[in-house]
Amino acid sequence: MTGTQLRPTVGTDTEFQPRLSLRRKVGAVFGVLTVVAMAIGLLTLGTLIVDVVRDGWSVLSWDFIRNFPSRRPSEAGIRSALIGTVYVMVLVAVIAFPLGVSAAVYLEEFAPKNRLTSFIELNISNLAAVPSIVYGLLGLGIFVRALTLGPSVIAGALTLSLLILPIIIIASREALRAVPPSIREAGYALGASRWQTVRMFVLPVAMPGILTGTILALSRAIGETAPLITIGALTYIAFTPKSLLDPFTVLPIQIYNWVSRPQPAFHQLAAGGIIILLAVLLSFNALAIVLRARLQRQIRD
Amino acid sequence: MTAPTTERRHIVVPPGSVALRLENLSVWYGAHQAVRDISMVIPERSITAIIGPSGCGKSTLLRALNRLHDTTPGARVAGHVWRNGIDLYAPTTDPVWVRRHIGMIFQRPNPFPKSIFDNVAFGLRVNGYRGNVAEQVEQALRAAALWDEVKDKLHANALALSGGQQQRLCIARALAVKPEILLMDEPCSALDPVATMRIEDLMRELAKSYTIVIVTHNMQQASRVSDYTAFMLAGEDRIGELIEYAPTREIFIRPRDRRTEDYITGRIG
Amino acid sequence: MAMDGVPDVAYTPEAARLAVVAERQERIRRTLQGGLAQDRRRRIRESVITGGLFLAAAISVLTTAGIIYTLGIETFHFFQRVSIVDFLTDTQWTPLFTEKHFGIAPLAVATLLVSSIAMLVSLPLGLLAAIGLAEYLPLRLARVIKPILEILAGVPTVVYGYFALLFVTPLLQRFIPNLQVFNVLSAGLVMGIMILPLVASLSQDAMLAVPQSLREAAYALGATKLEVVWRVVVPASLSGIVASFILAVSRAVGETMIVVIAMGNTPRLSFNPLEQMQAMTAYIVQISLGDTPHGTLEYQTIFAVGTTLFLITMVLNLLSFRLLRRFREIYQ
Repeated sequence: MTGTQLRPTVGTDTEFQPRLSLRRKVGAVFGVLTVVAMAIGLLTLGTLIVDVVRDGWSVLSWDFIRNFPSRRPSEAGIRSALIGTVYVMVLVAVIAFPLGVSAAVYLEEFAPKNRLTSFIELNISNLAAVPSIVYGLLGLGIFVRALTLGPSVIAGALTLSLLILPIIIIASREALRAVPPSIREAGYALGASRWQTVRMFVLPVAMPGILTGTILALSRAIGETAPLITIGALTYIAFTPKSLLDPFTVLPIQIYNWVSRPQPAFHQLAAGGIIILLAVLLSFNALAIVLRARLQRQIRD
Repeated sequence: MTAPTTERRHIVVPPGSVALRLENLSVWYGAHQAVRDISMVIPERSITAIIGPSGCGKSTLLRALNRLHDTTPGARVAGHVWRNGIDLYAPTTDPVWVRRHIGMIFQRPNPFPKSIFDNVAFGLRVNGYRGNVAEQVEQALRAAALWDEVKDKLHANALALSGGQQQRLCIARALAVKPEILLMDEPCSALDPVATMRIEDLMRELAKSYTIVIVTHNMQQASRVSDYTAFMLAGEDRIGELIEYAPTREIFIRPRDRRTEDYITGRIG
Repeated sequence: MAMDGVPDVAYTPEAARLAVVAERQERIRRTLQGGLAQDRRRRIRESVITGGLFLAAAISVLTTAGIIYTLGIETFHFFQRVSIVDFLTDTQWTPLFTEKHFGIAPLAVATLLVSSIAMLVSLPLGLLAAIGLAEYLPLRLARVIKPILEILAGVPTVVYGYFALLFVTPLLQRFIPNLQVFNVLSAGLVMGIMILPLVASLSQDAMLAVPQSLREAAYALGATKLEVVWRVVVPASLSGIVASFILAVSRAVGETMIVVIAMGNTPRLSFNPLEQMQAMTAYIVQISLGDTPHGTLEYQTIFAVGTTLFLITMVLNLLSFRLLRRFREIYQ
């Protein structure tokens, strides 16, 4: 039980071969590799944007936005797709936001810690990772057939709402969890009920985070193609939906329609559509950032 | 009221038995200076304790001795630490080499989530040990007075050990790479009195062959185990400085500085 | 420890919220002045609201039930007409031909092949990027790079399909002359880039959860940064990293538009990534684009394929969550 067997080495290392310079070099190479990995991702993103803009820049014009799709590439536009996207997205926001926030409030503020709750939580995590096309099959079976809504605007909106609901719930829960307990205590200290505390104290503080998460979820929905094709959204329509039960198309489907044609002229139209789609997504994300900044400032003042 | 402070920040050490010589050592975290201008000599094969109230920079100083601050973003060190004529902070000195020769034990036991054996063998493997790894692991565990308790479960997860055992495992892990100096950062603060006593006994044993620098906020511990004691204090500007440094007995019996006396008698800190 | 002296963590000062809180306290006080008479009404209202909120949360369970019901019933009808043995063992998938075969193998192999290529790209690159973000890059730089990388995950998949078909394939054809216009390789590579941020982000989170004290212990033993990362941080966060890998596989298996656009629509059993094949998801889209009447065998096939897809991804997801939970239990 003594330290005598283990004398410290004095002077040069003979028992060790530390090879410090080699290890340093290997480490440096590895460091470079991590940067290369990130650079590959960033460069691909850059290439993709440059490629799309180069291909699609020439078709961008007011006519491109104003016109309905056409067999003649020079006359084709994205009017019906753009309007369809706006209709569907407004509906999705109206349906998914209140449901998602309510579910998050329940799970974060009200739910007892029991098996049902943890089952719901596991279920939501799984739903967030279910392939979007499976939601399409769900929408096809339930909304289009069973509820006989047909391949309509409302069926599409309901399908996409279910698709992004888990994302909104998860983001909103995170925002609620970030609210410091002192805020809740301020409410309870006054004898406010749980709901009053949540409504008047917790939700206002959590709202910037909730809205940001919702906007990001909506931007996921804007880009979704497969579930809407599955429920039977049209790929070519030359009219705009007048009611919730009318057929529709959306921007990503229009893009897909043009990509899948062999003629290069349609590929250019697809690239033009992509530019518009990415611009819409970018402004959505910018909106999320601005909104978060503004609401945070408001709460601070 | 203003007590005259006698300058006493140097101890007498014969030239051949200096383990570390600190020269104007300062540490910054970002823009904030944490430790200012420390110069002191740490004698070989002895235990030097650094005491002081929390926030006085004693851990910061300790971490400067094996260049651990190099791994912390935003931390910066100025000054020199000499060992056998080598400046540990010279641009040509490799911090990895420094740390291999100056081991460290941390506040909380921090074994890797691996087996007991792999914990002790870790340093041997990364540093290219040429001898028999299993033998060296055993010797290190013996030196840390842990062998008898773990020899039958070397491949069990280290996290299953008790806190005191984990800390002795961390000591064994440090000893395995044959360091010359051991830095201990409040090694007993997370342990119960019995485990603490065992670690203190071990330290006295290890001091026969190693130089030990221990940071502690526990004055009894400093007086029990150390040969020399340095007292640090942060002033109004929250920058830690060396106030007094002397053989432990003198510091505790006849502190020269009013602030040392106040701290030892429990009036500050 | 890592953030010592780097006070760039944004936080809202407690004091700044007090004004808002005080104002709300006043409103609550007024609301509460009704006294005991309102107590009962308040309790009832409270339980109605709680019930409503619970229903919202229960929708997620209903969604899963809906998926299982829809897929299940049509799949059941499908297997009344087609034997499950044929489905699993036949090597041809020709539901649209006069001589019908219903072997899932060609679709499943295509999905497996394209997912494998995607994983060969996204796992190493994603893990390297995660290590770079968590361990190598300065905190400030990592905070800038990570969101830009995550834009990759936000690009609609139809855009990736365009990119794979009209940029990557022509590019690759310069080096691989016998690469077909529709092929598995391009689709897989692009899918890998798309999934990269998912792996990077989740793996980085796992690595950041490893306590700093373990890194310092390794440094103090004379380990280099690479050794600290590779021998301590990565093993300590392994279950979290593996969870991110599994989730990435699940994403690849379910990915649709890239394979629809760039990989082709010919179901044939092959292992050559230079050729065109049809993935499971692509088949569902192909049938959906046509006008398939309800109740026909063609209509039921997409649900059978969908069930296969759902089961595969659900098993992967649950496996991933289980690993993640075990990982969190160690470090919390």
